Amino acid sequence: MADQLSKVFAALADPTRRDMVARLSVADSTVNELAEPYDVSLQAVSKHLKVLEDSGLVSRTRDAQRRPVHLEDNVFDLMTKWIERYKQQAEERYQRLDAVLEAMNADEATNDSDSSAASAKGSDDSAPHSTDRKSRKGA
Amino acid sequence: MTTTDTAADYSTLKLDVPEGVQTVSITRDFAATPDKVFRAHIDPELFVKWCGPDSITNTIREWNATTGGNWSYVSNDDRGEYAFFGSFHEVRENERIVQTFTFEGFPDAVNLEILKLTDLGDGRTRLTSTSIFDSVESRDGMVASGMEHGIVEGYNKLDRLLA
Repeated sequence: MADQLSKVFAALADPTRRDMVARLSVADSTVNELAEPYDVSLQAVSKHLKVLEDSGLVSRTRDAQRRPVHLEDNVFDLMTKWIERYKQQAEERYQRLDAVLEAMNADEATNDSDSSAASAKGSDDSAPHSTDRKSRKGA
Repeated sequence: MTTTDTAADYSTLKLDVPEGVQTVSITRDFAATPDKVFRAHIDPELFVKWCGPDSITNTIREWNATTGGNWSYVSNDDRGEYAFFGSFHEVRENERIVQTFTFEGFPDAVNLEILKLTDLGDGRTRLTSTSIFDSVESRDGMVASGMEHGIVEGYNKLDRLLA
């Protein structure tokens, strides 16, 4: 699966091929139709198509002489899943970091209340400030 | 330099894997001050607590979290041993960590991670991390191997959840 995805990403690394894929997402096209906007030979366009075909991004059906190029949407589903899963893995990792940070915050809160109890003795001004801090900790 | 949009909310991770380039970018907000998020990255005892799930044992081989320093650790699970190493190119307290990262299983691939911490005020920090790979293929291989083996970053716990 990873191998196919590597091919897909390699195929999409080229701006002409990305543009072809974008146009195919609207409708199937023939090679001639696909080649129209580019200032390159039909042969060069065919080469690009071959790369897209090998990656599984597009397929070519036998429709008499027309042989339209068709975009395989399921490949994009695969890519989306693949990126989505990487994202979940990174999020999972950062949720573990959340837990570590929460423990660090709790540690500091314990130390804080020790020291603020000591410093609050001499000053009434600190009272609203420490209330504000408490409410934030609870959030 | 872009200004930080503090109104935006990244309490869940934003991942950007743009097509055809060599980068992966992550944005994530944390409910802790920048000094704590920074410490969780450079203190090895804190780092091992979150860099892999419980099923993985991480052993630090080297750890010198200073500008020009180096790091190396080994992750063990029931499937084997995976070693990683890199350099701390720049360690700027509470602000920025720039480091390289190599998985010894793919010794020819290296990525450069630029991690930035932004103080959002009110005890919150935004972490932005951009990893630059040596090629598009390396980047995709890294992300794909994370999916295939679930091991590179110690994510096999999630593998079982999704199985």
